[in-house]
Parts: sequence; C-alpha cells; structure tokens
Amino acid sequence: MIRIRDLEFAYPEGDFRLRIAELSVGAGSRTAFVGPSGSGKTTLLNLISGVALPQRGRVWIGATEMTALSEAARRDFRLHHIGMVFQEFELIEYLTVLDNVLLPYRLSSRLVLTPQVSRKAARLAARVALGGKLGRYVGCLSHGERQRVGLCRALLTEPELVLADEPTAGLDAASKALVLEVLLDDVRRRGATLVTVTHEAELLSRFDQVIDLRDYQAAVARQEVAP
Amino acid sequence: MRSVVYLAWRYLAYHRSKTAVLALSIALILYVPAGLRVLVEQSRRELTARAAATPLLIGAKGSPLELVLKALYAGGETPPPMRYGEVARVAASGLALPIPLYIRFHTQGDPIVGTTLDYLAFRGLRLAAGRRMARLGECVAGAGVARRRGLKPGDSVGSSAETLFDVAGAYPLKMHVVGILAPTGTPDDQVIFADVKTTWVIEGLAHGHQDLSRPEAAPGVLRREGAHVTAGAALVEYNEVTPQNIGSFHFHGDVSSYPITAILAVPRDEKAATLLMGRYQASGEMHQIVRPLAVIEKLLGTVLTVQNFVVATLAVVAAATLATAALVFLLSLRLRRREMETLLRIGASRRRIAALMASEIAGVVGLAAVLAGLLTWVTATSGAGLIRRLILH
Repeated sequence: MIRIRDLEFAYPEGDFRLRIAELSVGAGSRTAFVGPSGSGKTTLLNLISGVALPQRGRVWIGATEMTALSEAARRDFRLHHIGMVFQEFELIEYLTVLDNVLLPYRLSSRLVLTPQVSRKAARLAARVALGGKLGRYVGCLSHGERQRVGLCRALLTEPELVLADEPTAGLDAASKALVLEVLLDDVRRRGATLVTVTHEAELLSRFDQVIDLRDYQAAVARQEVAP
Repeated sequence: MRSVVYLAWRYLAYHRSKTAVLALSIALILYVPAGLRVLVEQSRRELTARAAATPLLIGAKGSPLELVLKALYAGGETPPPMRYGEVARVAASGLALPIPLYIRFHTQGDPIVGTTLDYLAFRGLRLAAGRRMARLGECVAGAGVARRRGLKPGDSVGSSAETLFDVAGAYPLKMHVVGILAPTGTPDDQVIFADVKTTWVIEGLAHGHQDLSRPEAAPGVLRREGAHVTAGAALVEYNEVTPQNIGSFHFHGDVSSYPITAILAVPRDEKAATLLMGRYQASGEMHQIVRPLAVIEKLLGTVLTVQNFVVATLAVVAAATLATAALVFLLSLRLRRREMETLLRIGASRRRIAALMASEIAGVVGLAAVLAGLLTWVTATSGAGLIRRLILH
C-alpha cells in the first residue's frame, strides 16, 4: 500500500533530517510508527499524505506516486483516499459535531452529501458515544470527545488509508480504549490500511507491524559509513 | 457551492456579534447617502408641490422663508405679524382675491389656522363629515389631526396657553368641531381650521363676558361713570362660544389693525400678479410679496449644496469604514490561519477556501445591503412625516 524509496527530508530551519532508504506498509495492515520525540514520526505521516514534499526520494500510495503529484492533486487525493486523525484534533470551532464529521463532504466537489451520509455520520458518532451531542459546538466538548469527533471525520468517507497521529495521546483510559477499538475495528472491517504514530508501548500489541524510525535512520547512517 | 455557502453561513452565525457590527457599519454607509437622497427628493416634492399651488404670499417684511414655511406648512418660526387692514388693500386693488392667514396658536401641538372659507375653496378641501365653520368658536379638523385624536363633529378642542406663566394672557378657548376634512396628503391634514376672528378671540382681542347691565354681573363692576363701566376680575369671561353667549362677544379697537400672519393672494391672471408684485416693491413699503415657489427653490438649492457636501464627507467616511472592514477581514484571516491549514491538510482546494471567504464577505455585504434597503424603504415610506417633523416644526 505504501512504499518509500530513498526519502530525504529536512526542514528549512534547524538540523532535523529524516532519511529512509526503503519502507513498505502492506495493504490492509495495521502499522505503528514509534520512536522518541523528534525522530520524525509526524513528519513521515505528512510526507506519506503529501502535506509535505521530500527534497529527495519517492512515496507511493497504492499505484499513485504522491511525490509526482501537484499540490492540488495531492490535496484531492488526501480528501478522497486518506482519512487523517490529528493529534490536536484540528476541528472547526464554528461547526457542530455533526458538521465537523461531515466536513470532507462539504469540502469535496465529488462526494455528495445525502441524508444517508448524514445518517451514517450520526451512527458513527453514536459508536463513539457522541450520539447525543451532534448539535453541540466542538468548543463545548472534552478533550476525549473532540478526538472522537476527529476520528469520525477521518472514517466517514471510508478511506483506503487512515493516518492517525497519536490518536490516543492525552486521553483517559476509557476514551483511549474506545478510540482504538473503533479505529481498529473500522479498518479491519473495510480492509483499509492504518498507520498510526504512537508513544504508548502498551498499545503496540494491537498492530501487525511496528516500525521504529530509529532503526531506519540508523540503517541509512550505516549505509553512508560503509563505502 | 451550496456546501460553501452553508459553511460561510455557519461561520457568520457563530460569530453573530462580529457579523452584526460589520453588516451594520456597511449598511449605514450604504444607507446614509441613499436615505439622504430619498429624503431630499421627498422634501423637494413635498415643498415644491405645495409652493407651486400657492401663487403669491404677502407678509410683513422679514424672512421670506419664514413667511412661506408658516403660511404653507404651518411650521417653522413665526414671522412678524401684519395688519388685517392689508386684506382690504389687496381686495380694493381688484388684482387678487386676498385670503387672510393667522397661524400662531395651537391645540395640543396642532396648529390652528385662522382663515376664511375662501381658503378651503382655494385649496379644494372637501368635508368628510359635518359642515364648514360658520360661527365664532367653531372649527374644522384636518384629516390627520382628526384620525390621530379621534375627533368627530360635535367634539371640542381647546386652544393651548401660549406660555404657562402668562397670567395676564387670554384664557384657552374651547372650540367646537363642526366638520372633518377629507385627507389630502398635504399639511392641511395636520391643522385645525377656524375663522380668523376665532383666532383673535383666542388672542384676547375679542371676548365675551357677562352683560354688565345685568344684576348677576354686579359683583364684577368696580365703577360706573355714565356710559363708562369699569369691571374687575370677578366678572365672568366666557371661554367657550355658545348660542347663549355669542351675542356678548365683541371686538375692541380697530379690526383693521388686528394681526394676521400672511395674506394668500390669488391673482386674476399673470398680469394681475405682476402688477400686484409691483405695488409691493415701492421703497418704504412695510410688506413683502413673494412667489412661494421661488423661495422654496432657493431653499432647495441650499439643501442640495449641503447634500453634496454631506455626500462628499460620507464618501470619505465610507472609504474609512470599508478600509476598517477590510482590515477586520484580513485580521480574521490571520486568526483563522490554523483553520485554513486544517482545511488544506484534510484536502480542501485553495479555490474552495477562497470561495468560502468570498461567501462570508458576500454574506456580510448582502446582509448590509438588505438592512440598507430596509432602512431606505422605511425612510421612503415615512419620509414625508419625518420632513414635516424635522424641517417644518
């Protein structure tokens, strides 16, 4: 599903550098990216989703080479093929819970917002215990509830790939369990691919593949030293 | 597109205070010049129509504008009075029909116009109910006054005291409403008509009291010297003209020296009008004669000049307001940078985000336009009354 070759990325300022010679994530798999803070986990998610472009290297999602697409085409691909769960939720304050969940439909010119979609959004919200809060503004919600709204928004379009950046960070045990359960159950049921960034070691057993970015960075470093 | 409009509407609804302030600011900028234009145009129509229907006005020397505003609209400052004898002078010239106007007193704020039946005939005022005033102490109410105060024939209205502390002044006169005029849409709807002699009674120049020769008047008699009788304050003075006491009402002094505000002169023809105007051009003449239309056009010229200045000033204020509104939008864009980034990260196109912003701006401007239109409509519908209240009174 995801293939990365000879990727190299650095921010314009600072000395952070992400280098990955080769990385693959199988279709339908559940993968966790781990590593210490600053190891480039979130940056890698951004590079996969096309939010950021590497200075060197290529990224594929399925048959689509993200690094070969224009900015507009990458955005369009994200909207229709990737569901993104952000660490900071990134909800729209002036929209209600339901409108936030339906947002991808309002941003797309191809997705058609029908009453069935609205009902589906309501069902999804009910699954994460937000059924009674569809009409509330997100500013009135707790930390955990906001994360669940973000999760529903990412899953509503039934994307082939879900990228979740620390989806359970800062949540209480109950919310954490609920978010993870819904996320894993949804991708399993649909056969979608899930890539998650996490710091939480106790969750890693729930994933098919755990990728520690330190190993990838070290491998690149060894290759450079070898000649 | 519907989705973009929906999102824009949600944003504006969520930030309703900010939206309302912005829309109101823009609405006022749109409304003030439009409202002013409507008001000036209505003033022009209102003032011109009445003035054009009034050929000539004669009054004491002074401000022609005061004379015209008082005689035509029963509003504005009261011009200096002229002598009633001037009516006879105009009549004797044979050049015009003189209609006296004495507009000084009020009843509950409504002007009392002292005149003759010729005025009602000249203006084509028809009765909706009752009859015309025929005797001292009778009056006819304009349609607007009658509607507002619920007057009908058989009711009575009292003249207002000119000043509260004028203990030596005339008593308020209780007048009998004998007729209600049909509405005309002119200032005549907003006044009470009485015979000019009735207004002199209000002023105290004519009065009625107990017959001094009767025994019941004895307590009021201070001294009798032949035919000369001196009466005191105990003498009963009538403040209402009734069939029983009308005979006791009498005028003191020379009626020709009694005051009136103006003479509405209806010339036989244009030549007679010119001749009459010539007669009032002589040096030492104590009166002025004016063509109301010329006076009003001069006034409107001034109003239009002022309007142009106001519009020019408003243009500057409008530019400043729009610049401020633009600044608010720009600052709001800065504050919403994270929201924009989120939309882009989810996958929204830049075009869609631009459309969202444009829809929000269009929403505010549209709301402002509706508000401005509403205010302009209110001005247009209530402008005539507003003009009378603001300019004439």
